[in-house]
Amino acid sequence: MTQASTPAATVAAATGPRAAPRSARLRTRGGGLINLLYLPAVLLFVVFTVYPLLSGVGFSFTDWDGYSPDRAFVALQNYLRLFQDDTFRLVLLNTFGYGIGSTVLQQLLGLALAVALDRPFRGRSAARAIIYLPVLVSPVIMGTMYYLLFQYNQGAFNDIVVLFGGARVAWLSDQTAAVAIIMVVNSLQFVGISMIIYLAGLQAIPTSYYEAAMLDGAGAWQRFTAITLPLLQPAFATSIVLNLIGGLKLFDVIKVMTGGGPGYTTNSVSTLIGVTYFENQSAGYASAMGIVLFIIIAIFTLALNALLNRRRLEQQ
Amino acid sequence: MSRTRTDAGRRTGRAAIGAALLAVILLQLLPFYVALTTALKSRTDLSSQWLLPIGDLFWGNFATAIRDGGILRAIGNSAVVTVAATAIVCVLGALAAYPLARRRTTLNKAVLLGIIGLIMIPPLSILVPLYSMLNRLGAINTYWGIILVMATTQLPLAIFLYSSFMRSLPIAVEEAAVMDGANLLQVLFLVIFPMLKPVTATVVILAGVAIWNDYALSVYVLTDPQVKTIAPAIGAFFSTQSSNLGAAAAASLMGFLPVLVAYLFLQRYFIRGIVAGSER
Repeated sequence: MTQASTPAATVAAATGPRAAPRSARLRTRGGGLINLLYLPAVLLFVVFTVYPLLSGVGFSFTDWDGYSPDRAFVALQNYLRLFQDDTFRLVLLNTFGYGIGSTVLQQLLGLALAVALDRPFRGRSAARAIIYLPVLVSPVIMGTMYYLLFQYNQGAFNDIVVLFGGARVAWLSDQTAAVAIIMVVNSLQFVGISMIIYLAGLQAIPTSYYEAAMLDGAGAWQRFTAITLPLLQPAFATSIVLNLIGGLKLFDVIKVMTGGGPGYTTNSVSTLIGVTYFENQSAGYASAMGIVLFIIIAIFTLALNALLNRRRLEQQ
Repeated sequence: MSRTRTDAGRRTGRAAIGAALLAVILLQLLPFYVALTTALKSRTDLSSQWLLPIGDLFWGNFATAIRDGGILRAIGNSAVVTVAATAIVCVLGALAAYPLARRRTTLNKAVLLGIIGLIMIPPLSILVPLYSMLNRLGAINTYWGIILVMATTQLPLAIFLYSSFMRSLPIAVEEAAVMDGANLLQVLFLVIFPMLKPVTATVVILAGVAIWNDYALSVYVLTDPQVKTIAPAIGAFFSTQSSNLGAAAAASLMGFLPVLVAYLFLQRYFIRGIVAGSER
């Protein structure tokens, strides 16, 4: 704002006293009317986001089946049922696994890639472009392609297992393996985002810091931990929050790779909501799951933002 | 002596990093490669996915994906939905951002914060109320329904990007225009909008790719093959014909091709866009 007011003052000074009341009118003439410009957007938000969110809270207190005109108020029963539901407990754990697992993996791999691709070499921009490429692929397509790789009969990975004398593995029929595979697929698909964020962060660090540290005899690892890591703090905050939200609401890859199976065991809360609503016709129960998912993501995002911003302030 | 040893050590270190990097690059290309080898082989060809087809390429899978999967129709639907929703995002986003950037009242600061907060809401968390409302409005299986829903999901980020960008513009230009007698709309359309090209490129790429690729909401809102977009079409094709992996691979490659072409031509904007989009 200070930047903007300086040239404005210059213009006012240059054009003489006549300009002052006129330029003040830019802010006053429009007055509150200028706010009409955001009305169309706000209208869309109210109709397609805020109203559904609020009426979702309403649905979550009912036993609605999703299609019949009447529903009964059941107070907190859906929420109490969630706490006793073994399937939901497992699905909640899966969701944290997808969210936290992907986030950790993406930071480690994304940071390593950014550091490796920061110094110039031939083919660097091609390498960056290829690592980033999967970000643009629909997760449905990514899941389909990885399904081919992990397939039982003709899958490329089972070919390797057989080559080394092993027996074919039903990768996606085992709950733990399938959850881990989906988590890794999601991480590899979006690691390019973390890499780009860290590359931008690395480029913002002045090279003079490294030169000074080298004069003082600091080794490569010392320079990394004493200069690179602390100065990447804002990049960490951005990347972690983005990856965590993406992982916690994971939907597409699960749908195509396992369909949530075997049984319900690889579902995330997002995929379970769809199944509960359309297949089990428990719209009230599915609404309660939706509210819980929203609260989880809000808590994670706000807590992480507060934590990472506080640490950033402490460092300055 | 010690110097040659560190040189050798550094060289092995470099080689190790190079090898690891190459491994990651190959891993990222692997799914595309396997989709290609699978798509180009007939069902009776049981050779390994690692191998390209021997002899003639088999195009039957692409024919099946187009005929039975309606992939071309789906690509056309995706184009309609993506272009329309992205246009709405740009126009409404830029309009909404102007007062939020230039009239920093308590109310407008709160509105902007609330809009950014909407990014946190996962689409599936409002599936039940959103679907039942769309159903009552007759918006299921319509272009306008999915276009409005998609535009709404992408608008918060667009408003944030536009308002940050506008705040970086010098206000003097607008004041000069007002002094020359321009009214608010003239200032907007003749002064502000022409300056928004770089940020609009970012918004178009981020929103366009997200809308083209959307599955989580589209799969429920669009069930009719006539209006189905590419992601739900591939998802449905894959589950109904899961024995026909060749056709699923062909459908996947066709669905990604338009985005790949855009990426190859606009790579610079894509990378800049993702950095801008992440700096919230």
